Amino acid sequence: MNNFVYIRAENSQRALNALWETNNAKFLGGGTNLVDLMRERIEQPDAVIDITRLPMNQITELPDGGLRVGALVRNSHLAAHPLIRDRYRVLSQAILMGASAQLRNMATTGGNLMQRTRCYYFYDSAARCNKRTPGSGCDAIDGFNRIHAILGASSQCVATHPSDMCVAMAALDAVVRVTGKNGERSIPITEFHRLPSDTPSQDTNLNPDELITAVDLPNFPDARKSLYRKVRDRASYAFALVSVAAVLDVKGGRIQNARLALGGVAHRPWRATAAEQFLLHRPAEEKTFREAAELELQAAKPLAHNGFKVELAKRTIVDVLMELAGKAEVQ
Amino acid sequence: MDSPLAAHSVTLHVNGREHKLQLEARVSLLDALREHIGLTGTKKGCNQGACGACTVLVNGERINSCFALAVQYDGMKITTIEGLADANGLHPLQQAFVKHDGFQCGYCTPGQICSAAAMIEEFRGGAPSAVTELEAKDIEFSDLEIQERMSGNLCRCGAYVGINEAIRDAFEVLSR
Ligand SMILES: Cc1cc2nc3c(=O)[nH]c(=O)nc-3n(C[C@H](O)[C@H](O)[C@H](O)COP(=O)(O)OP(=O)(O)OC[C@H]3O[C@@H](n4cnc5c(N)ncnc54)[C@H](O)[C@@H]3O)c2cc1C
Ligand code: FES
Ligand code: FES
Repeated sequence: MNNFVYIRAENSQRALNALWETNNAKFLGGGTNLVDLMRERIEQPDAVIDITRLPMNQITELPDGGLRVGALVRNSHLAAHPLIRDRYRVLSQAILMGASAQLRNMATTGGNLMQRTRCYYFYDSAARCNKRTPGSGCDAIDGFNRIHAILGASSQCVATHPSDMCVAMAALDAVVRVTGKNGERSIPITEFHRLPSDTPSQDTNLNPDELITAVDLPNFPDARKSLYRKVRDRASYAFALVSVAAVLDVKGGRIQNARLALGGVAHRPWRATAAEQFLLHRPAEEKTFREAAELELQAAKPLAHNGFKVELAKRTIVDVLMELAGKAEVQ
Repeated sequence: MDSPLAAHSVTLHVNGREHKLQLEARVSLLDALREHIGLTGTKKGCNQGACGACTVLVNGERINSCFALAVQYDGMKITTIEGLADANGLHPLQQAFVKHDGFQCGYCTPGQICSAAAMIEEFRGGAPSAVTELEAKDIEFSDLEIQERMSGNLCRCGAYVGINEAIRDAFEVLSR
């Protein structure tokens, strides 16, 4: 690893000043992604601004009944928090299915949002990668692309976003709060991550002068009826091939509200809006769920090795909705 | 003035002893423990967060020390495998790993034991895992729970059966 200037910030203004005054600086959260990428020389910051001692590690109630999660809340603390378990179970489940207990103890909410793709070609500096080196090409498109995107990819990049937490947050319509040179602003999570288009080197719409301070979870009583399912190559400690976060409210056998987001299939958490609209007011049964899944995956463009993800995504959607509908029956 | 890249003064409280070190910012906690302090119990398996051999406790919580910059942990309380035994002898987990053959080559063992020590505390504190029913009041210390909670520690020798038994046994001893 190249050496770098280490700056420990005591408050967010100091952290921002350090970012604005230093060339090529990066914030350091748990370090579970940044340190890895620095060791591989994929990230080579001249300065690292340690934000882990900033007082942004609280989960607080908002006046409207939502919750504010500080950017430095650790993934393990977020998943175990009684209010998250109770009100946003899909989020607890998603986080607990990610990484390992050790990594979740280190990983922060902000860092998880900003984690980079696990595409092997992005990690391999001998390979061509438009995300790592813009304009160099993409070795994944014609390479071994089993873990790559089936939705929303471009001719420049077929990488996926690896986070589980963000998929649950997409289904919950979370809002990312950031502070930069122009003050504070809020970014809906569904607009936070980008599709690759012709600028795959840019993962998110966070500006280079901005710090993530918190994620707001809106008041959403239906989120108690939610579920996360993750399909992967081994039972634990592996990234998703496909994952589904869902919220389903059923009354009198009909769907009153549905939220659906997919992980492992696109460059960002994929909010399945076509399926959601289809589900509304239809009977909560397998046929409806299958049709909704078919509709959402119509746009899928599989590559040579990831065709299985299309059917896997459909079946996982149906399975998750069936389980949620089954629970609604019992209630 | 010192170059901004010069070494940082870092104080680590490891197993109850204070260590004052001069370290470049890029030195990991794992390398600080092994190369600078001489505590080689903590192992470097992958150096990329994928194996758990480097697991240590920071203020009682388990982390992968390969991803920790030592300077980031300045002033904190670190416990390594060397710090688990006390005047009464080996820690119950260490005894149980011996009794149940919780290892073959032993390379993953310090990480397994540190991880299990923190895992038992997490479990007792009511922290859920991916296989826990989130609505459940009482969680059973089942094999499934042990396996899921220990999935961040790989054993290349495949001594998982003994590791599981050792952890279950030590949990009972610690719960008496
Ligand atoms: C072996 C392994 C397995 C994993 N498995 C999974 C998995 O199954 N599912 C999953 O979801 N994740 C998984 N992860 C990824 C893990 O969740 C992320 O590495 C972690 O969430 C990153 O958080 P961090 O705080 O450590 O980030 P850091 O590494 O500290 O930072 C990551 C990036 O975020 C930026 N950043 C951090 N905080 C802020 C902020 N407040 N504002 C602006 N920028 C910020 C940093 O500058 C950096 O660019 C795995 C990781 C490893 C190593
Ligand atoms: S050496 Fe740290 S996880 Fe493998
Ligand atoms: S005992 Fe050899 S790696 Fe676990």
